[in-house]
Amino acid sequence: MEVGWWGVLIAVLGGAIRIGTPFLFVSLGECLTEKSGRINLGLEGTLVMGAMTGYAVSLHSGSPWLGVLCAGLAGMALGALHSWICSFQRVNDIAVGIAMMLFGTGLAFFLGKPYIQPSAPRLPSIDLGGWSDVPQIKAALQINALFLLGIVVAVLLGWMLKNTAWGLKVRVVGESADAARALGLPVDRIRILSTAQGGFLAGIGGSYLSLYYPFNWSEGLSSGQGLMAVALVIFARWQPIGCLWVSLLWGGAAALGPSLQSVGITGGYYIFNAIPYIMTLAVMIITCSPKRTLVGVPRELTVTR
Amino acid sequence: MVLFGIFVASAGADPFEVYQTMYRAAFGTSFSWQNTLVRAAPLMLTALCTALPGYLGLIVIGGEGAVVMGGLFAAIVALTMPTAPPIVVLTTMALAGMLAGGVWLMIGGALRHYRAVNETISSLLLNYIAIALLNHLVTSTFRDPESLNHPSTHHIGEANMIGVIPGTDLHWGLAFGIVACVIAWFLMNHTVFGFASQIAGGNVRAAQVAGLPVGRLILIICCVAGAAGGLAGMLEVAAIHGRANDTLNANYGYAGILVAFVARNNPLAIIPVAVLLGGIRASSGLLQRTHELPDATVLVMQGIIFLVILFSETLYGRFAKLQKQGAA
Repeated sequence: MEVGWWGVLIAVLGGAIRIGTPFLFVSLGECLTEKSGRINLGLEGTLVMGAMTGYAVSLHSGSPWLGVLCAGLAGMALGALHSWICSFQRVNDIAVGIAMMLFGTGLAFFLGKPYIQPSAPRLPSIDLGGWSDVPQIKAALQINALFLLGIVVAVLLGWMLKNTAWGLKVRVVGESADAARALGLPVDRIRILSTAQGGFLAGIGGSYLSLYYPFNWSEGLSSGQGLMAVALVIFARWQPIGCLWVSLLWGGAAALGPSLQSVGITGGYYIFNAIPYIMTLAVMIITCSPKRTLVGVPRELTVTR
Repeated sequence: MVLFGIFVASAGADPFEVYQTMYRAAFGTSFSWQNTLVRAAPLMLTALCTALPGYLGLIVIGGEGAVVMGGLFAAIVALTMPTAPPIVVLTTMALAGMLAGGVWLMIGGALRHYRAVNETISSLLLNYIAIALLNHLVTSTFRDPESLNHPSTHHIGEANMIGVIPGTDLHWGLAFGIVACVIAWFLMNHTVFGFASQIAGGNVRAAQVAGLPVGRLILIICCVAGAAGGLAGMLEVAAIHGRANDTLNANYGYAGILVAFVARNNPLAIIPVAVLLGGIRASSGLLQRTHELPDATVLVMQGIIFLVILFSETLYGRFAKLQKQGAA
């Protein structure tokens, strides 16, 4: 059966989910971190570290889910380290983030050297497209359980930030550290916990990369996806649900190039690769204005000043 | 240092020997010094990319994009004038590279001023767009058909390459790096322009009240910073690769950010820090051969060193400018 242009659309939708899932996790993690008033550029390293850990653990234990868990724990450790260093006076969190990025990727490459060749058990996928005879639709609807988990986390995180005492504490710390101190909240501890949890989510995002798509462990696995999360969170206005839409939009935009290639439009392949970046920049240009501050921005955040 | 020693030891190598090897590979012989300095040259320039906007309190991480654009346009310009004498070609290349890098970062500065788009994010996005543009152009319009599985532009010609400093293997790029740092230092510390920038960096409102053109300062400083990055890209093309391809995107931009932070945005301090980091990078190959450690070891070391240095900021209390941003 000839699907033609419909095939492009389906591939973009499928790609939105497939490529968007790691972004979803990383941006959710970054969202939480930023809500607490800190920024973690080191998530790039966390992502790579998570990918390596997930792959290695999955290979040794035979259980990909254990790999996902360990990836999260590794991410959590890196997040906690980042936040611990940042909690000292006069330490610039962006600079520490870049150093952590180097440290995380370096450590992952160092420890991950033996895992480039062997292949680990892969995360299973849920076949939602079984009703269809068209192979493209089938492929596009193979959804990984992690994506569904990501949706749950997004909804849950959004709800918790809004409605629970814990969420309120995180937001107060992010809005004004002074106010939080006046209320007797332990600012540093809340930030460290938020960043560690953010690292946990980013680690899971990394394990998705190595255990599901593109399903291998190599040193070029993450090309700035962790860094992009910082931009995506701004794009999503610090709303966890917004992170979900933004990640899907991003994944779809990233899938556009390859799927157009499948119907014979091959020119400008690399330009299509740049679409998500250009799109994000364009949205930021349209929505930002010198006259007002952004809705939902945590005031303690250095990047927004 | 000790942390890294423990790390190396846990990986099964004698830490003392590793340090010895690193020292030997980075600063031990005249050959290794040259190796180090070749790597330090682009770091000095890319560090300026972050350091100069830092005077205004901007955190720009677009060095990578400026390097790529500078290298790309320098190569393109060189290819369009095949018959011109080398000196003309090189001058034009440098100008084109600086212009391309400058305009590229100026986009970020303009967005910051006119649309309040955060400069850290926009410069990050611009990096990726620049890399995509480079890949597009070297695989389509400017592709050398002979570069089969590694798309590149045509070679700019041996005659147009930058020569080495007599008696060494060092190319003149190092001189450019040092001169640029000194000029930047002079500009920021001994001119009215630099003084105005420092005021604007300290307190934007005060600067506006004093009638300083803050917007223009942002644009100019981003442009100058980008020009430094573009020059680094041009030097990579003109002195090392001879053509533009994806090797331009060798993380000099990101390493430059670290250099700038460690040097506390001081252009003169950038020089030794860049040499140190260049040395660490240069030792990577030898470390791999003699101790069978993966090349990523050096990345880990860089990470640890910078974490420790940043950590020690808390003891000095000199990071006043960036800290003021954080506390304001």
